[in-house]
Amino acid sequence: MTSLEVTLMFVKIGIVLLGLLVTVPIMLFVERRGSALIQNRLGPNRMGPFGLFQAACDVIKFIFKEDRAPGHVNKFYYTIAPWIAVIPAFMTFAVIPFAGSLTIDGTETHFQIANLDVGVLYCFSVASLGVYGIIMAGWSSNNKYSLLGALRSSAQMISYELTLGLSIIGLMMVFQSVKLGDIAAAQGETLMQLGPVSIPKWGVFIQPVGFILFLVSMFAETNRLPFDLPEGESELIAGYHLEYGSMRFALFMMAEFVNMAVASGLITTLFFGGWQLLPGFATLVHLIQGMGLLQNDGLVLVLFQGMSFVIKLAFWMWFFVWVRWTLPRFRFDQLMNFGWKVLFPLGLINIFVTGILIYKGVL
Amino acid sequence: MDFGLLAFSIFSTIAILGSIMVILKKSPVAAAFSLVLVFFAFAGLYALMGAHLVAALQILVYTGAIMVLFVFVIMLLSQDEPVNDLKESSGLFKGVSVLGILGLMGLLIRAVLTARGMVPTGTLTDEKIVSMGGNVRLISEGIFTDHVFHFELTSFLLLGAVVSTVALAKRKAVSGGSKA
Repeated sequence: MTSLEVTLMFVKIGIVLLGLLVTVPIMLFVERRGSALIQNRLGPNRMGPFGLFQAACDVIKFIFKEDRAPGHVNKFYYTIAPWIAVIPAFMTFAVIPFAGSLTIDGTETHFQIANLDVGVLYCFSVASLGVYGIIMAGWSSNNKYSLLGALRSSAQMISYELTLGLSIIGLMMVFQSVKLGDIAAAQGETLMQLGPVSIPKWGVFIQPVGFILFLVSMFAETNRLPFDLPEGESELIAGYHLEYGSMRFALFMMAEFVNMAVASGLITTLFFGGWQLLPGFATLVHLIQGMGLLQNDGLVLVLFQGMSFVIKLAFWMWFFVWVRWTLPRFRFDQLMNFGWKVLFPLGLINIFVTGILIYKGVL
Repeated sequence: MDFGLLAFSIFSTIAILGSIMVILKKSPVAAAFSLVLVFFAFAGLYALMGAHLVAALQILVYTGAIMVLFVFVIMLLSQDEPVNDLKESSGLFKGVSVLGILGLMGLLIRAVLTARGMVPTGTLTDEKIVSMGGNVRLISEGIFTDHVFHFELTSFLLLGAVVSTVALAKRKAVSGGSKA
């Protein structure tokens, strides 16, 4: 590797890490004020304009709060559990492309930390490790509510991982690749032209059923309402993180927000064109390129691609909050029945129909 | 130091220490967690050999799904009964175990010594795999064209296992009363 490639690598890792870390306080704010908006109340609005500094106060509180572990826990697993929850969450983002490619001094670079051959399989496999953080926390806490939370989470994750896997097989069949970079790039084509409006070949237009299945199972995988049964505060007090406080609890919270960001990133990349420009952005890019402010024309394009990706991702993050404060929690048997008897067969049918359509040459 | 060698040393150390912990841990849940670590280290070793698909599937299937089920079942059945207490086993059992372990070890050492210097060569080189569309495409094409019969046969075997498990569990529930 040349020194430029190494520098670019570190820049890309830096962008993703910083981006994910910044997401956490923003989501703290959005979740608080967003829930207040939906429930027609004010929410925390005392600290700074619109309560923007509330997140900073929370972080300071988490850091300075006494970090005490209850005496009845299994110390080793109790300590490492939050880390096992949070590290895979960050690792998953490594294969998600956040902009197209840029040529600097003759070297083409793709804005994606690793363009692995296994692509989306890497995402799923690393994400499936996150459940151990929850299981370990629930078990090592030595508390029956925590243990119940851990049991629920393992059953839930296993059940919905199947649907998650099935839901994107149709998409892979259409795009003939498991690499997220290829899938994002292929979605730039036009699917059909309706008068002046051209509909892009986004995954959601090709695989609407797959998209819905993916979305629902992502809610289950990230333990968000309406599928937050491992926490279930009205039944299990706080479930798996009942015995955790201060920074360790904050790590679980961070894992949840980062998982949400990864889920939104995956939804964007697989079904909403990834870094493909939003409608109207192409004109803007031409305008700015024409002004000649930056020497490298590609840089403008990449910046706007990155912006499109972030806007799409932000919408799905908001969608997670929106759903959380709109739908009530499922009962556990409803969750299992829904996963196995509705979503799972639907996923199989979707693959079958997609196969027929591809054979007939429609897709 | 070579990066590959360094990574290999780290992953194999984790695998060996993890396997020892699986045996030595008193609590079954902790032993299962150690087994997860072993599987994870194996995935790292596979990735090091360039078998990225096998590594991803190893984590996805074994670490992410099967071991979660293991832990789930252990937690559901017995909270924390200590197992593997060697003090309670008989002298004969210990003797046989030691003999078995020594024999297995001898076999392994013999195998490693014989295989030293013999690099298995197939028709597929790294460059050829890349030119044919990568690991994922190659393996999936192999499974679903040339080996589709074996693949389907395996799935029937698994289906049979599931059906018989359900049948056994149901029969127990009927004869054993309401508690099952």
